[in-house]
Amino acid sequence: MDKKPIAHHISHQYDADLEDLRSRVFAMGGLVEEQVANAVTALVKGDVELADAVITNDYRVNAMEVEIDEECTHIIARRQPTAGDLRLVIAVIKTITDMERIGDQAAKVARMARQLAEMERPRNEYVEIQSLGTHVQTMIRGALDAFARMDVQGAIETAKEDLKVDHEYEAIMRQLMTFMMEDPRTIKRILDVMWATRALERVGDHAKNICEYVVYLVEGKDVRHISVEQIEEAALGKR
Amino acid sequence: MSEETVQNAAPKTHAINMSALKKPRRAQPEAPKDIAIHVNDLKLYYGDKQALNGIHMQIPRKKVTAFIGPSGCGKSTLLRCFNRMNDLVDGVRIEGEINLDGDNIYARGVDVADLRRRVGMVFQKPNPFPKTIYENVAYGLRIQGVNDRRILDETVENSLRGAALWDEVKDRLNDNAFGLSGGQQQRLVIARAIAIEPEVLLLDEPASALDPISTLKIEELIYELKEKYTIVIVTHNMQQAARVSDYTAFMYMGDLIEFSDTDTLFTNPAKKQTEDYITGRYG
Repeated sequence: MDKKPIAHHISHQYDADLEDLRSRVFAMGGLVEEQVANAVTALVKGDVELADAVITNDYRVNAMEVEIDEECTHIIARRQPTAGDLRLVIAVIKTITDMERIGDQAAKVARMARQLAEMERPRNEYVEIQSLGTHVQTMIRGALDAFARMDVQGAIETAKEDLKVDHEYEAIMRQLMTFMMEDPRTIKRILDVMWATRALERVGDHAKNICEYVVYLVEGKDVRHISVEQIEEAALGKR
Repeated sequence: MSEETVQNAAPKTHAINMSALKKPRRAQPEAPKDIAIHVNDLKLYYGDKQALNGIHMQIPRKKVTAFIGPSGCGKSTLLRCFNRMNDLVDGVRIEGEINLDGDNIYARGVDVADLRRRVGMVFQKPNPFPKTIYENVAYGLRIQGVNDRRILDETVENSLRGAALWDEVKDRLNDNAFGLSGGQQQRLVIARAIAIEPEVLLLDEPASALDPISTLKIEELIYELKEKYTIVIVTHNMQQAARVSDYTAFMYMGDLIEFSDTDTLFTNPAKKQTEDYITGRYG
């Protein structure tokens, strides 16, 4: 398949419409990545102001989803996209749904950050949350880069990271359970930490979904609901 | 068919659903304030048969307005009213008025030749004259008495460039126009129409005799031409209307059923009849 994202159409306006659509998706992706980063920082540093900013900014993410959806509707109605163009529009519609949910998870982490800021802080300063947060942020960026470059290999590499995120999540959960058993007075605080951890783990899942849409966009293959190995085989097997 | 006509229909603006949003949208047309053509209670009869049942509409300036509707709905008839082409048909009677920049074109004493200079027209089948490419484009100026070679050369080149044909024909301007392909001939005819700098360009199924790629070229040309001209296009290809137009009017049996911006008409039409037509449910 042609690696150039969009070769020229006879209609320049059609090119402009699709290019505009792509850049809006990347803008939205940048915003949700920032939201996740800020939410994690707010939690780790106990920064209530930053947490509030994340919660307030969630409307921007939602608004972008609505806007991009509307633009997709117009492109379908006016241009009747086919083949690669059609897959682009479909992949965009699905991608922004997952990005909007990443935004929701970021807001959830930020809400937990607000509550945790008022409680006693652990000795390790939430280093495990920082680490998990950084990890899922990398996944979001990897998924968006793969989308931008139509890079199937990159998408698969990023999707593989989700397994590691899951392991990390389980390890944190185990650790938190141990803390709760050691000192039941921490249960209230640790339950909040668990919610935040869970939210970050979900961010990883959404980023993985976006990677699957990239495979669909480039290869035209639907690789949802199968293992990463199967994805690799389906997408790259013929090469 | 109900009596409902769209009174003083001007395209509606698209309702923005979230006021909190600043939409940097290019696709959303503003409410058109600048109207090129006002159609006021236009009725047209072919003998005893009424073909247009009191049309009210306002055509925005320097935009593309498309008329869609099934055969016989009156869309071509309405288009032809804009430069009084229907005057040539026997037994036609017209009531109401059409104002082009404030002048009623059906008023007494209107110079029809002058009107047709202001309102150019392109037909379904390309109709170049049996002359050279150059003379086809220069024709309008020549009959106006312009013979200055420099002006003619300049106009021919600009018009051919405007019609996105220059690069294909610049080395054979003195060849016969019939040697061009259908798509090229149609662009030549458009070049001929814009050579005399009309205000309005009427296109009656301009691409229906062309192959898909030539069609897309004509559509791209239409998009470029709206910078300078008010364009009204009749098409029975509604996807084409969706692609090229800013505003779309749906007509049915001599009535204007719905007229709004193209995005709205093709995503959320207000009338069920419109929806049935554009989704292919007329039965």
